[in-house]
Amino acid sequence: MTAWAPGALSPRPGAAPFSRMLASQTRAELTLLLRNGEQILLTLVIPLGLLLVLSKASFVTVPTGHDRVGFFVPGVMALAVMSTAFTGQAIGVGFERQYGVLKRLGATPLPRSVLLGAKTLAVLAVEVLQLSLIAVVGRLLGWHPHGSVVAVLLLVALGTAAFSGLGLLLGGTLRGLTTLAAANLLWFLLLVLGGVLFPLSHFGGTEPVVRLLPTAALADGLRAVLQHGRGLPLRDVLALGAWSVAALAAAGRFFRWE
Amino acid sequence: MAAPALQGPALEVAGLVKRYAGRPVVDGLSLTLRPGTVLALLGPNGAGKTTTVEICEGFRRPDAGTVRVLGLAPTDRTLRPRVGVMPQAGGAYPGLRAEEMLRLVASYAAAPLDVAALLDRLALTDVRRTSYRRLSGGQQQRLSLAMAIVGRPELVFLDEPTAGLDPQARHATWELVEALRSDGVSVVLTTHLLDEAERLADDVVVIDHGRVVAAGSVAELTRSQGELRFRATPGLDLTGLDGSREEKPGHYVVAGRVDPQLLADVTAWCARQGVMAEGLRSRSLEDVFLELTGREART
Repeated sequence: MTAWAPGALSPRPGAAPFSRMLASQTRAELTLLLRNGEQILLTLVIPLGLLLVLSKASFVTVPTGHDRVGFFVPGVMALAVMSTAFTGQAIGVGFERQYGVLKRLGATPLPRSVLLGAKTLAVLAVEVLQLSLIAVVGRLLGWHPHGSVVAVLLLVALGTAAFSGLGLLLGGTLRGLTTLAAANLLWFLLLVLGGVLFPLSHFGGTEPVVRLLPTAALADGLRAVLQHGRGLPLRDVLALGAWSVAALAAAGRFFRWE
Repeated sequence: MAAPALQGPALEVAGLVKRYAGRPVVDGLSLTLRPGTVLALLGPNGAGKTTTVEICEGFRRPDAGTVRVLGLAPTDRTLRPRVGVMPQAGGAYPGLRAEEMLRLVASYAAAPLDVAALLDRLALTDVRRTSYRRLSGGQQQRLSLAMAIVGRPELVFLDEPTAGLDPQARHATWELVEALRSDGVSVVLTTHLLDEAERLADDVVVIDHGRVVAAGSVAELTRSQGELRFRATPGLDLTGLDGSREEKPGHYVVAGRVDPQLLADVTAWCARQGVMAEGLRSRSLEDVFLELTGREART
């Protein structure tokens, strides 16, 4: 180490262009998501493992007239979106708050809109990876998808908005460890009540209510398009839209940066 | 792009009040940071240093008083590239490596410092590929300091920058603060280390219970209520040495304006009496600090 050259530290303040901040922040968020072993377990290993088991295990019944893979692929896709946008984001944000990262980033030129934009882009990138892998594994298991790609993308986008809002609401208000516990518990509950493991018809009279939960709405909507080749399922779109508006509004209202 | 020339103080705080649950933690505090100088906020634990700094950084809102940072309100977004912040702890992604974290913060700036050179200067090159969570406390501190200055700010807030550092790292930090100052960066640092304030600060503001109990240059603070201290054999007859007393056996204090004349008077008196005075010195900042804030330990 040598002495500091005169002028080496003279002030030259200025913010980088938004595009550069967005690119580097997105890269950092994505690095963090893909480097975290528990995140990979949650977002990739469990959904793909479930898809393999459910497609092959004869003890799980599917509605008559449904092919097994065709039933389970859309549900597992919904689970994957929930895992990344809701559980992963909630836990990530909860600990970032606890470690003072978000507070400190607030003292840098990085605008909060760019930070949230980067988080969203990182989530979408992971979802592309997840849905591609699920589709490939599904094809290997004999999956024949139907329907419109645009409808699928719209459902995934709405589901991502709803789950991100819920994740930011949870991670933005609770402590890190509390968030971890709550996000995992909700992940499990929404998985069971989501029409992922078994059809919602198992819930009998409560089915119309359960169907409005975000995971169930996304799974049901994806199934309507991908399995039955229907157009945009209006009830599921409305349910996810309502969750998106409510959760994002609540997150915007109650989110605390530290 | 050169920084716009600053008119007036880099930081001006007047009558600042902050209460938590009705209890004032900052209680009518005022201070001024001259551009291009280092101001040390000195005080025992719980004196209100961090709260004051966090209000200046825009993290907390004051209950009363005014704060102007580079002439602007502390929450003004246009201040963000111009002000560097090093919090007392934390503030990095635990899963990112040291170099990744610093490059990320550098990417927010239009003309950042060279990341590799900065890592080298702060002795972080060997751990640049180590994740933040695996860095030692001292390495985390130095990375945090690097994050505060990498964007080439005009003003930096350093909250206890050398807490927990070993002597080498402390000196590296001090050299960095001195380099910032000589390059025209204004610095506010909080510390409870008196030698740190004595070495680095142009001005010292001693705060206790949220109030300023003394302010001025180190020289002003140590000379204002001047006294010289020396050690000699106990029980000397002090007749003829004005303002002198034996504080405890063998420890003598001579009150008076500390200047070369007083020094000459004391040594001349010692020579006449055949007294060998040892450790002759004026008050240190530590003497002043302990007189102002008391000697009982704080939690």
